[in-house]
Amino acid sequence: MPAAFLEKCQLQTLFDALRGDGYQVVGPTVSQDAIVYDEIRTVDDLPRGWTDVQEPGKYRLERREDDALFGYVVGPHSWKKYLFPPLTTVAAADRTDAGWAMSTPAAAVPRYAFVGVRACELAAIRVQDRVFLEGPYVDPIYKARREATLIVAVNCTQAAATCFCTSMNTGPRCTAGFDLALTELPAGFIVEAGSDRGTALAARLPLREAGEQDLAQADEVRERAVNDIQRRMNTDGIRDLLLGNLEHPRWNELATRCLSCTNCTMVCPTCFCTSVTEVSDLQGDHVERQRHWDSCFNLDFSYMNGGLVRNNVRSRYRQWLTHKLASWIDQFGSSGCVGCGRCITWCPVGIDLTEEVAAIRETAS
Amino acid sequence: MTYRPKLAVFKFASCDGCQLSLLDAEDRLLDVAGAVDIAYFLEATSRVVPGPYDVALVEGSITTPHDAERIREVRRQSKFLMTIGACATAGGIQALRNWADTSEYLKVVYARPEYIRTLATSTAIADHVPVDFELRGCPINHHQLVEVIAALVAGRRPRTPGHSVCLDCKRRGTVCIAVAKGTPCLGPVTQSGCGAICPAYDRGCYGCYGPVGQANVTSLADHYVNAGTSPQQLVPLLRNFNGYAPEFRKESERLAR
Ligand code: SF4
Ligand code: SF4
Ligand code: SF4
Repeated sequence: MPAAFLEKCQLQTLFDALRGDGYQVVGPTVSQDAIVYDEIRTVDDLPRGWTDVQEPGKYRLERREDDALFGYVVGPHSWKKYLFPPLTTVAAADRTDAGWAMSTPAAAVPRYAFVGVRACELAAIRVQDRVFLEGPYVDPIYKARREATLIVAVNCTQAAATCFCTSMNTGPRCTAGFDLALTELPAGFIVEAGSDRGTALAARLPLREAGEQDLAQADEVRERAVNDIQRRMNTDGIRDLLLGNLEHPRWNELATRCLSCTNCTMVCPTCFCTSVTEVSDLQGDHVERQRHWDSCFNLDFSYMNGGLVRNNVRSRYRQWLTHKLASWIDQFGSSGCVGCGRCITWCPVGIDLTEEVAAIRETAS
Repeated sequence: MTYRPKLAVFKFASCDGCQLSLLDAEDRLLDVAGAVDIAYFLEATSRVVPGPYDVALVEGSITTPHDAERIREVRRQSKFLMTIGACATAGGIQALRNWADTSEYLKVVYARPEYIRTLATSTAIADHVPVDFELRGCPINHHQLVEVIAALVAGRRPRTPGHSVCLDCKRRGTVCIAVAKGTPCLGPVTQSGCGAICPAYDRGCYGCYGPVGQANVTSLADHYVNAGTSPQQLVPLLRNFNGYAPEFRKESERLAR
């Protein structure tokens, strides 16, 4: 399908079509002084006229001078909360006269339509696909949710000070992994289809052909995002750089700043660690096996029979950074970082991984 | 027959809130009463069965010479001693006296201070006798208390996570108020237990469950000071219910200098 144009006042038709097809539409909306992902019903639920200002350890919403609907970048939430929920019950057992009766709770699979997925987030979903779907162990919860999800991406037209997708080759342009992709212009949207499902959906929208001028304008606003990006991370030989500097003094220095609070891993759209615990009632007659998000920064997370494997902040931060940027490549064939900048913004003390990598590179052995 | 431990609940200097948490576990109270033999629990029943006890829950801190003696007797009578709450575990809010002149307080509060026999400090139970398990919180979370009792009955390790409050904020989808609003929050250095209630209601964490393991309080305090919070505001934040816990105490004393 060639790129087409959707008038701004017609965007609701997309929402209606998705809801008519039985999708639960989730997308950006203003809540708790931030742009978060939540269920949205109408175009009015979008953060019209809002933008975000981000820096290490700081996030603020601000009013825009225009009425843009997608005039901000990524916030504290990521789509992983839908595809890989923070808490799931994976099994249950009940004591009966004939012994334990095991069961797998049948969770209804929600059908989500994600609206407003950015290029770095498409890349993050791709990373989690490799983790959950393409290895020897397929995660059935992720798989069912992922397959039921439709994706409407949005191209960034600006960047935050924390963004560095250009260094990770993940953005800001959406190139694959979506059903539809939108580029917002003052009067409407350039609409591209990325799948048959997307083409079929587009056919039901009141689109007109995109004019040459519209396309040129779309190129221009997308270029603005590229030019906005100031943060860089040099990824040349990064695997060997980090794994070859496990005793670098910077790790000690980091341990004086890092709180080991887990925030960076929680907001990261690719981090996937969980703990599984058995929860029983007081009589021990009903037991549930619960899986919840966990983190390599959590002291208990490295507990193995007899003790803690990573018994200081230095080793926990080092574990995180070297896995994300180095051993992830060995394990899954790509970096675990997509350059979204969330871990920089949402670190309570503003630790910036790009700065840490640069510092290690500067005095690497 | 399943093991039904003989349980006693003792009170020292405290507000009774933690004991009440046990009574608060309404829907599960009868289960608890069935699972344990409540031998001594004055807040709930006047029935008193003499020791020894399998399990002692100890609420409150040590603030008088008499209590310093009594806790030794409790220890002698109890196979497994568990402290419940911030007072028993860290000295409680009353540990504010540790930075003040107790004799001055006595003069202000009591008409005849010479009748009062008190210590100059409020200290944790573990400063006086060995403690087998600490259940944190001000007050404790009754779900955790029931979990610990269930674990004792079943003879397994209790599931009381030691991670930061932040992890719970993220699991429940709360936007960080420290980052998005600049509110000084103790969550990153505080152990979870409440499920991150306060940030969800726009309040910074007060540190009710005490310092998380290997808490880096200095880095967090330095960051808040650089971002514009005065040390004078941070000192009372750290000197709350767990103010005398070593990591919080050390930092508030550094900031107060
Ligand atoms: S490591 Fe940081 S910048 Fe990279 S994907 Fe995760 S949150 Fe984004
Ligand atoms: S890098 Fe920042 S967010 Fe991550 S654990 Fe350390 S202090 Fe917390
Ligand atoms: S609001 Fe407080 S507890 Fe929650 S994530 Fe932020 S710093 Fe941590």
